[in-house]
Amino acid sequence: MSILVIAEHDNATLVGATLNTVTAAQQIGGDIDLLVAGNGCSGAAQAASQVVGINRVLLTDDASLEGFLAENVADLVVSLAGNYTHVLAAATTFGKNFMPRAAALLDVSQISEISEVISADTFVRPVYAGNAMAKVQSSDSIKLITVRTTKFDAAAETGGDAAIETSTAAADSGLSRFVGVSTSESERVELTSASIVISGGRGMQNGENFHMLDSVADKLGAAVGASRAAVDAGFVPNDYQVGQTGKVIAPDLYIAVGISGAIQHLAGMKDSKTIVAINKDSEAPIFQVADYGLVADLFEAVPELDKAL
Amino acid sequence: MKVLVGVKRVLDPQVKARVKADKSGIDLTNAKMTMNPFCENAVEEAIRLREAGTIEEVIVLSIGAAKSEETLRNALALGADRAILVLTEDVLEPLALAKIFKAIVAKETPDLVLVGKQAIDDECNQTGQMVSALLGWPQATFASKLEIVDGTAQVTREVDSGLETINVNIPAVISADLRLNEPRYASLPNVMKAKRKPLEKIDIADLGLDTANRMTTIEVMEPPARASGVMVENVAELVEKLRNEAKVI
Repeated sequence: MSILVIAEHDNATLVGATLNTVTAAQQIGGDIDLLVAGNGCSGAAQAASQVVGINRVLLTDDASLEGFLAENVADLVVSLAGNYTHVLAAATTFGKNFMPRAAALLDVSQISEISEVISADTFVRPVYAGNAMAKVQSSDSIKLITVRTTKFDAAAETGGDAAIETSTAAADSGLSRFVGVSTSESERVELTSASIVISGGRGMQNGENFHMLDSVADKLGAAVGASRAAVDAGFVPNDYQVGQTGKVIAPDLYIAVGISGAIQHLAGMKDSKTIVAINKDSEAPIFQVADYGLVADLFEAVPELDKAL
Repeated sequence: MKVLVGVKRVLDPQVKARVKADKSGIDLTNAKMTMNPFCENAVEEAIRLREAGTIEEVIVLSIGAAKSEETLRNALALGADRAILVLTEDVLEPLALAKIFKAIVAKETPDLVLVGKQAIDDECNQTGQMVSALLGWPQATFASKLEIVDGTAQVTREVDSGLETINVNIPAVISADLRLNEPRYASLPNVMKAKRKPLEKIDIADLGLDTANRMTTIEVMEPPARASGVMVENVAELVEKLRNEAKVI
């Protein structure tokens, strides 16, 4: 078996999700190549070559890959896929964007967000907001797979020494143009890689009140997240959202503050090792998944927690 | 301009899915069904484009069993002009759906295809991307803002790092995220009017496409249950337990 993993990176370094995807590839078994495609991404290729368990790094450095436009990335993946039995990417907004496009161009189905590898053609994936797990077997000759990264440990980031080979980009499709990206400024640890996350919901009442969570987060070295309700209300930006349609995370400790616990929110955090819920409504569904529940007014409990740490 | 909007009938998002005892799938007997929430955003956006005078016609397409007509009637009540139902008893994979979309696009020649970014049942998040691939059109996925500017679509996309803006040629496929808009409710008069709006039914066999699934579902299982937790009396007890019992802080 030969597996191509599409690396997610910022041109200089690898995004952590790539390392979890490599582990999923290792569980399938076989030679693993890592594709680093971007514009000015030789730094990321260097980082990729250090990942343990990689056979080769394929580096495609081309202006047409600026902004990782789906059309151009998919065409590149399609041009390489014929050499592989499996193509894997993380089920992040990066991977979810171009992978189905590449799959359709190859006339294969995509197996979305696998949470477990059973064999080279059989996988488990969550459906219905994680309320069911489907075991599926693929008959396609090339298997295009996205990986739910919280279900796989990260491969070792350094210690490997894979050769870097240059690979040519497909022609620019000319169909789309990258305009820009706006990222919320934060000094804090990234949500998907944090070992502790404290999230706020509608109960926070406004964006200003999220500073209470910031203070606790700083003491714990935690990231701050939010429920969809809090993002919809404009309290915090969209990249804070934890849930079925936001980020799926599984930190060691998840503290849900003023979050009722809709099915869609639980889908994004219920694999956390320890879950704490603070809510004044003792009937809130969040308490059904909490290891430690505290029925309290968050405006009293959070400052108290802040002081106690 | 014309817009084709995909809509899917799914289990109501407020209802917790129950796995069948024989592990063959989800028990949908007598379950409350509704339009996939992301599809509601796609329909709403199409209607707003028509209200703004940007487009002239909103066509809604659903692919599924006869009961999907309810979902299409709902879209018509929200303001879509006409509907197409491709009838199949099979639960098709996104690749097959994309082939059907392509056939309908060839017939209807829309300028835009709008879909929800994912269905909340199978959670594939593939159909929009696959439709655009098969059509050779650009894609703008996870859209939270759409503007038609000088014959192109300027789309803000919700990505893991924040908000990304791309500009795509038209025709294009756009997949809606939840913050693209706030979907309206259908008024009673519009629900009545929707019953008389045109709805064309096409048998999937008449399209002559290979829509065979590439995956077999071996079984559908319950997720592992979490051990039940405890309630604490106050913050001091919580901190004590996190330090000494869970050992996570």
